[in-house]
Amino acid sequence: MAINPEYAGRTFEPSEPYEVSRVKIAEFATAIGDSSPLCRDRAAAQAAGYPDVIAPPTFAIVILAGGNAKLMTDPGLGVNYAMVVHGEQSFTHSRPLRAGDVVVAQATIESIKQIRSMTTMATVTEIRTVDGEHVCTARSTLVERGA
Amino acid sequence: MASPGYQDIQEGAEIAARQYPVTRLDLVRYAGASGDFNVIHWNERIAKSVGLPDVIAHGMLTMALAGRFLTEWAGDPAAVTEFGVRFSSPVVVPDDDKGALVEIAGVVTGKLDGNQVAVDLTARSGDVKVLTRAQAVVRLP
Repeated sequence: MAINPEYAGRTFEPSEPYEVSRVKIAEFATAIGDSSPLCRDRAAAQAAGYPDVIAPPTFAIVILAGGNAKLMTDPGLGVNYAMVVHGEQSFTHSRPLRAGDVVVAQATIESIKQIRSMTTMATVTEIRTVDGEHVCTARSTLVERGA
Repeated sequence: MASPGYQDIQEGAEIAARQYPVTRLDLVRYAGASGDFNVIHWNERIAKSVGLPDVIAHGMLTMALAGRFLTEWAGDPAAVTEFGVRFSSPVVVPDDDKGALVEIAGVVTGKLDGNQVAVDLTARSGDVKVLTRAQAVVRLP
């Protein structure tokens, strides 16, 4: 089964609200080896002008995983994840994600293309606070290799 | 090495290469932190059964290391406002204590408004380019 081309152009329901926590930011920073105190110490982040600890630039992928859940788990889309590799990724931030943010992610499939035995799927996901403030636009391309 | 700051940075300035080891333990830790439990990042049997040479690192971990390269240079985890990469080859992580080594380097390609610079990155593991079209906008002090 390959990715269903009829899903191109589809916008999914927004994710459930995700609350960004200090603990998760620190865990993510540790996992990528980022030792900045601004990711761990509220006082240090505030001294640098932020309301609370801030996330590294690729932290948005944590929220994307939730935001894309509606996409990923849609049985009609037909993705075989063992055959999927990540093709491209980009993030454009209006501001850093920070502890205390409550955000929702909404994904749109921009295109699904068949290239020889590969299928590529390009998505754009908007991450906004529950109050509607834009925080990050993430673009992803997944590549499903042919069986 | 810290950036010289926006006033003193020149277009064409090189950002010295840094090396980042990536072990199986790093992949497990990143899986937990990111929530990406795709089996090809921790299960050698399944990775090989789907045609991969071995367990491969999450592309997003490689991107995160490249992000860290930039934020440590700029001195602020929030410095990277725009960041995009293409994952051109996987980082293959053998089951030993050394793992893989990812080497990242950068060059400033332009000075932008708002104390920002455009940066092109290269990322290699061994002789293989693991990121291409790796470009960022970074705000400097």
